[in-house]
Amino acid sequence: MGKRLGYEGIAVTAPFSTPYQRYSIETAHWWIARALRGSLRAAGLKPADLDGFSVSSFTLFPDTAVGLTQHLGLVPRWLDHIPMGGASGVVALRRAARAVQAGDADVVACVAGDTNHIDSFRNMLSSFSRFAQDASYPYGYGGPNANFALMTDRYMQEFGATREDFGRICVAQRENALKNPNAVMKKPLTLEQYLSARPIADPIALFDCVMPCAGSECFLVMSVEEATRRNLPFATIGSTIERHNAHAEDPIQLRGGWTLDIDELYSMADCSPADIDLLQTYDDYPVISMMQMEDLGFCDKGSGPEFVRTRNLTVTGDFPHNTSGGQLSAGQAGAAGGFIGLVEALRQVQGVAGGTQVKDARKALVSGFGMINYDRGVCTSAAILNSGVPA
Amino acid sequence: MTPPLRPPSKKDPQKRTNPPLRPPEARSRAALGLTAAAAEGRFALQVCEECASVQYPPRDACKACLSTDLVWRDQSSSGTLLAETTVRTSTKLFFRERMPWRMGSVRLDVGPVILCHLHGDCRRDDKVTILNRLDAAGQGVLLAVPAERTDNMDDDPQLRALSADPKHRRILITDLRNPNTPALAGALLDAGAATVFLGESESWRPHANRSTLAELENVEILPLDVTDTASVEKLAGEIGGKTDILINNARFMRPGGALDRGDTAFAREEMDVNYLGLMRLAQAFGPGMCSRTGDGVNSAATWVNILSVHALSNAPEYGCFTASNAAAYSLSQSLRGEFRTSGLRVMNVFTGPTDDDWYQELPPPKVTPNALARASVAGLRQGLEDVWCGDVANEIRERWRRDPKVLERELTQGVEGA
Repeated sequence: MGKRLGYEGIAVTAPFSTPYQRYSIETAHWWIARALRGSLRAAGLKPADLDGFSVSSFTLFPDTAVGLTQHLGLVPRWLDHIPMGGASGVVALRRAARAVQAGDADVVACVAGDTNHIDSFRNMLSSFSRFAQDASYPYGYGGPNANFALMTDRYMQEFGATREDFGRICVAQRENALKNPNAVMKKPLTLEQYLSARPIADPIALFDCVMPCAGSECFLVMSVEEATRRNLPFATIGSTIERHNAHAEDPIQLRGGWTLDIDELYSMADCSPADIDLLQTYDDYPVISMMQMEDLGFCDKGSGPEFVRTRNLTVTGDFPHNTSGGQLSAGQAGAAGGFIGLVEALRQVQGVAGGTQVKDARKALVSGFGMINYDRGVCTSAAILNSGVPA
Repeated sequence: MTPPLRPPSKKDPQKRTNPPLRPPEARSRAALGLTAAAAEGRFALQVCEECASVQYPPRDACKACLSTDLVWRDQSSSGTLLAETTVRTSTKLFFRERMPWRMGSVRLDVGPVILCHLHGDCRRDDKVTILNRLDAAGQGVLLAVPAERTDNMDDDPQLRALSADPKHRRILITDLRNPNTPALAGALLDAGAATVFLGESESWRPHANRSTLAELENVEILPLDVTDTASVEKLAGEIGGKTDILINNARFMRPGGALDRGDTAFAREEMDVNYLGLMRLAQAFGPGMCSRTGDGVNSAATWVNILSVHALSNAPEYGCFTASNAAAYSLSQSLRGEFRTSGLRVMNVFTGPTDDDWYQELPPPKVTPNALARASVAGLRQGLEDVWCGDVANEIRERWRRDPKVLERELTQGVEGA
């Protein structure tokens, strides 16, 4: 394998999160417009200054990114629509970065957003994927809760994880969320409350599950020169990876595609797990966050339970993880769930994370996981982000 | 261990009857191969004709070699339970009313991993057997059951929901006079049926079956003439609300094709009993049964038709009778569509020549009343849509599947001349 081109000269800037709402009477279009406007304002740009546009959303139907250009009055010369759910943030980032490097676009807005009507989640489930329709939903229609229950059940058997271990992840994230005024969950969570919560799909209980909500996230990709000229704080990209349908022969998912690409992730960014100041995992259920800690090299496979027992995962701890509260405590705004960790990481390495700011955060690892097509998540992605140094 | 299923207590007429809810029905065309196999009680998966790779979930191209030549083949139904869960919340009303619902992940010995319903006696890491059954949406679904039989195994609620087990159910057999009625009634009672209603036409005419059956416990003989709309409606008014399974065995038959007969008199009788009789029964009993498919232990479950296998392709020696059976078969397909939303199933029992007076001239093999009864009860227990009873029926099915035109040509052979 030849050496991949680096991301030199690329700046990621203007992270913006529209405050989430549990239910919204607005549309995905409305939420996407809000986040796009937020990022453009932060960068002092007008819509006409954009020439690249990337969208991730589940509830835009019947529209796609195409319909949004006319709806929002954009005239991009580079357009992307990324249907990868929880992996879409990093994928949007790496594609946009290459477009700017190649000169196909100068300023790309990457946005993800979804609304949440009373019936949105049920409707989304019913048309999620053909394999899910044919071979998963007829069996109790538990949705992702049931899939992750099976994965968690097997993971606990294989590696001796306990519910307390998963609880540690959830409780730490809630502590982080209390410092994020935009988090949907506002009350403290104790381990006792976690353990005694209502069962949803054994061994998964209420606080293992995200709260579906409406929201949107956005960031801009441009050249370092452009960001510097506009006097914008920014992040740079150390490396990115992406993989789909890895380990298809594993009978049940106990690892993700990251394991295939992790060496390249660190070598391209010229660092090791020990250099990472904060980790943002995709956390629709705590078991998958634990797997990411393993698969991204922070501990060995199967030692995730021991790892979370010995580390403090809060903003002020020795292993800051999902600093805004993640989806488990800030809420899952559809496809924006694939952006929440990335946008928070951008704030962190730019030093503008406010109440959730990790001290001296210079290097962040963001990872994505998406699309339970049948029995497991198919898409994985990850990126290492650095604090930008103005040229 | 499964607790034994208790007979339901008497229904409180003031209580609302649970509406007929269904699990998800939508499937890709490829996935309907599983449903087609379930209709006959087989466990089949797609296999690649080029590289022999076994596939699941159903696909349009092979995951190993990209060949589009995938065929459904019966497979070993043995596997190991990898993981299990008990789903306690669902956005689908069918499951919501039946929570908690067990499901699991099974690695099949033939390779693929399946998600499936889980019998209550299965535990993680157990060897399990996979059943492919029709669910209330009329789609094939997979259920893991213990590899070895356990006590009261058939009483497991998830397994029972995928069957039309006669146990504790009330069953109407429409024609007391049919030679197969005593065997059918006996087999259903042996299977635990709560009541067997027997329809009797022209009760003034003496009949041997009456003396055999009238004395049996849990059997009620009631007036029913399927050629008389008023008679059918009257009986539906009396027992339509407690008919859980209806077995239509009413039959009028005479030998011969069109030229063997001088007029249409017998053909009218055949159509009146075999085709219009089914329609009258469906119009009178269908709506009530459809409204009771969610009614607990003795919910309405299945509509059974007993048909000549030559409904698929005519046998000219009995050409006119067979034509009326083809009409009834076609109507049964319409009823499947009309009943689908309620979850009421239509099971067709296709039989070869039966061992009774009207087939006396034909050589063996013939289907005895006991064989027909056994096949019917087994079909109900497995929740089948199509039962092929006897060697002739199975052979005709195979030939029909291989090439309907070749079968037609063989069945319409001329008489050797000079």
